Amino acid sequence: MLDNLSLLAQAPVLNIQLLLDGLFIGATFALAAYGLALVWGVMNVKNLCQGDMVILGGFITVTLAHNGIHPIFGLPVAIVALFVYGWIVYRLIICRVIERDLFTSLLATFGLAIVMAQSMNLIFGPEVTTADSGFETRTLFDGLVTVAEIKVVSLLLAATLATIVIVFMKRSRMGQAIRATAQDARAARVMGIDTDRVYQFTYALNAAICGAAGCLISMIWTIQPFFGITHSIRAFVIVTAAGFGNLFGVILAGFGLGFAEQYSGFVLGAQFQQATVVGLLVIVLVVRQIQQARHRRAVI
Amino acid sequence: MKQTFTFKRVGCIAASAVALAFAATSHAKVDGDTIILGAAISLTGKYSSNGVNAKNGYDLAVKRINEMGGVKVGGKSYKLSVVYYDDESTPARGAQLAERLIQQDGVKFMLGPYSSGLTKAIAPVTEKYKIPMVEAEGASRSLFTQGYRYMFAVLSTSEQYLGSAIDLKAEMFEKMGKKPSDVKVAMVFENDPFSLDVRAGCVEDIKRHGMKIVVDDKMPRDLNDISATLTKVKALKPDLLLISGHEKGATTATRQMKDMKVSAPMIGITHCESGKVVEQFGGAADGFLCPTQWDETLTYKGQYFGTAADYDKAAKAAYPQYKVVPYQMAQATAAVLVWKDAFERANDFDTEKLRDALAATDMETFYGKVKFSTAGNNVAKPMVLRQIQGGKYKVVAPTKWASAPLIYPRKAGN
Repeated sequence: MLDNLSLLAQAPVLNIQLLLDGLFIGATFALAAYGLALVWGVMNVKNLCQGDMVILGGFITVTLAHNGIHPIFGLPVAIVALFVYGWIVYRLIICRVIERDLFTSLLATFGLAIVMAQSMNLIFGPEVTTADSGFETRTLFDGLVTVAEIKVVSLLLAATLATIVIVFMKRSRMGQAIRATAQDARAARVMGIDTDRVYQFTYALNAAICGAAGCLISMIWTIQPFFGITHSIRAFVIVTAAGFGNLFGVILAGFGLGFAEQYSGFVLGAQFQQATVVGLLVIVLVVRQIQQARHRRAVI
Repeated sequence: MKQTFTFKRVGCIAASAVALAFAATSHAKVDGDTIILGAAISLTGKYSSNGVNAKNGYDLAVKRINEMGGVKVGGKSYKLSVVYYDDESTPARGAQLAERLIQQDGVKFMLGPYSSGLTKAIAPVTEKYKIPMVEAEGASRSLFTQGYRYMFAVLSTSEQYLGSAIDLKAEMFEKMGKKPSDVKVAMVFENDPFSLDVRAGCVEDIKRHGMKIVVDDKMPRDLNDISATLTKVKALKPDLLLISGHEKGATTATRQMKDMKVSAPMIGITHCESGKVVEQFGGAADGFLCPTQWDETLTYKGQYFGTAADYDKAAKAAYPQYKVVPYQMAQATAAVLVWKDAFERANDFDTEKLRDALAATDMETFYGKVKFSTAGNNVAKPMVLRQIQGGKYKVVAPTKWASAPLIYPRKAGN
C-alpha cells in the first residue's frame, strides 16, 4: 500500500490517469443513478433491477455491433427498446406493487432482476463481451497517460443525455407533472394529473436512461448477464449519498464514486475496489442517520 | 360381483406399486443393458459456456463408445448413458443435485461438474456415499489435498497452469545474459478458489527463481474493471505479467490493456480460448501465452478417437459451432473413456472394485496419458503452453511438442 502511494508521489502524472478514468466511468454511474433517483423519488420504488436494465441496454448495443452497426448507433436503439420494456414492465408488475409497502416492491424488483439476468444468459449467452467502437487510444505524457477516444465520446454523450433529461424535467408538461407527483401525489391527483400515467412514464424513462448507460458501458467496459448487481449497488450508493431530487448531487456523487474506485484500486489493490463502494455506502448511511437524529431533536 | 371389483382394485394397486418400484429404479446404476452415469453440470449461470462444452465432451464420448460396441462387463455388452442436472453454476445447488443423483436416482458412477468451485462442493457428497467420481474440469490443487478416495481427475492441476511461463521467462533472461532474479512480475488474479490456486503455484515458482513481485492484485468476482491495476502495471513496467480469472479475467484484461496500451515483454493469461480474446480483440491478443490442458497438434493417441487431431475433427463434425475445440470438451471426453476402461478392468459394477480399478488406471488417450496419483490427480500428462501468433494458437512449450518458436519479447498487432 505504501509502495503504491510512493509511486503516486514519484509519478504524479499517474493521478491524471486515475482522475480521468474516474471521470469517464463516474459519468455512466451518474446516469444510471439518476434514473434510480427518479423512480425512487417519484414512485418510492427501489428498483433492484436497475443494473440488469443497464446490462440489457449493453447487450442490445453489442448485438447490433456484432451485426455491423456501429455501437454509437446502438444508443438510440437501446433507449427506445428499454423505454418500451420499462413501459411493459410497469403495466405487468410495477403498477401492482406500487401502492403496497416497501418490502413488496423490493421483492418484486429483486425477482425481476433474477429473471432478467437468467433470460439474458439464455438469449445472449454467458460470454463476457464488449462492443468495439474501433476508435483509437491517445497517449499523453510519454505514454504514462492513455485516453481511449471512446471514453471521451461516451462522457460527452452522457453529458448530452443528462442535459436533455434536465431540460425535459424543467420545461415539458410531463416533466412538470412528474415533479408535481414527486412532491405530493395526492395534491397532484387533485389538480387533475393522471398519476398512474406519470408513474408509468417515469418508470419507462428510467429504463431508457439505464439503456443509454448500458450502451456506454458496453463500449468502454465489458458486460456479462450477471454483472448487473454491481451496477445496482453503485446506483444505490450514489442515490443514498446524494438524495433524490438533487441531480447535481447525483452527478457529483457519481464522479466521486468513480474517483474512489480508481484510487482504492490503485492504492489498496483491485480486491478493495468493490469493498470501497460498499464501505462508502455504510459510511453514508451512518452519517445520514446522525444527521437525521439531529434533525429530529431539532424538530422536537 | 362386488368382490371381484375389489379384487380388480387390489390388482390395480399392486400393479401400480410394481410400476412405481420399477420407475424408482429406472435410473439406478445399471438399467437393463445400460450403465447410467450421473453429472451435475452448469447449463445455465455464469459457467454455462464451459458447462455446455463439458456436456458436449461427455456426450461425444458416450456416442462413440456406444457406436463401437459399448462397454463389456461380465461377457455382456452395455451401453452408456448420462443423467444430467443443471447446477445453475452455484456450488450449493451442485451439492444438492449430487445428493439427488445418488439418493433418489440411485446413480453409482459420477462424472464431474464444471469448475473447481463446483467440484469442491460435490466431492464431499460423493465421498460420503463412497461413490466414485471421475472429474475433468476441477483443476484446483486444493481438491487433491483433502485425502479424497473416490475422486479422480484426468487433468493437470492448477499450480502447473502458468508455471511454464515463469520458467520460460527465466530461460529468456538467462539467454540475454541477465539474472532471472531481476525479473519483475505483476500478477492479477481473480478472488476464487481456482485462480488463487493458480496464483499459489506461481508464487512458488517465482520464489524458486528469486524473482520480484511488483503488483499482486486480486479481482473481485463481479468486477469488470481493472484499469487502476493496469495503471500500476504501466508505471512499474514489469517483465512478466500474469493474469488469471476465467473468461471474465481474460476478456476484461485484454479489452483494457488494448484501451490503455499496456503491455509487457511476456504475458501469461489463462482462459484465452473460452474468453474468445482472438475473436473479440484480434491483434491486441497477439503474443499472449495461454496455458492449455490439451491441443489438437499434440501427438497423443488412443483407442477411441485416434489422435488428438482426429478428435478435433470428430468434435467439429459433431458440433460445427466450434472453430477451435475447447480443451474443456476434450478432457470431459477423456473422463468417460477412463470410466469405460475401469468398468472393463473391474469387470464388475461394485463401487469399491471400480474405485480400485480407477486408481490403477494407466492408459493412453487422444487427450494424453492418464495415471492417477494417490491423491487422485493425473500425473502422466503435462500442461502445454500456447502463444497466440497472428491470431492462431501455436504450441511453444514444452519444446517436445512445440509447433512454433516463442516470439519474445511480445509484439502486439492491430
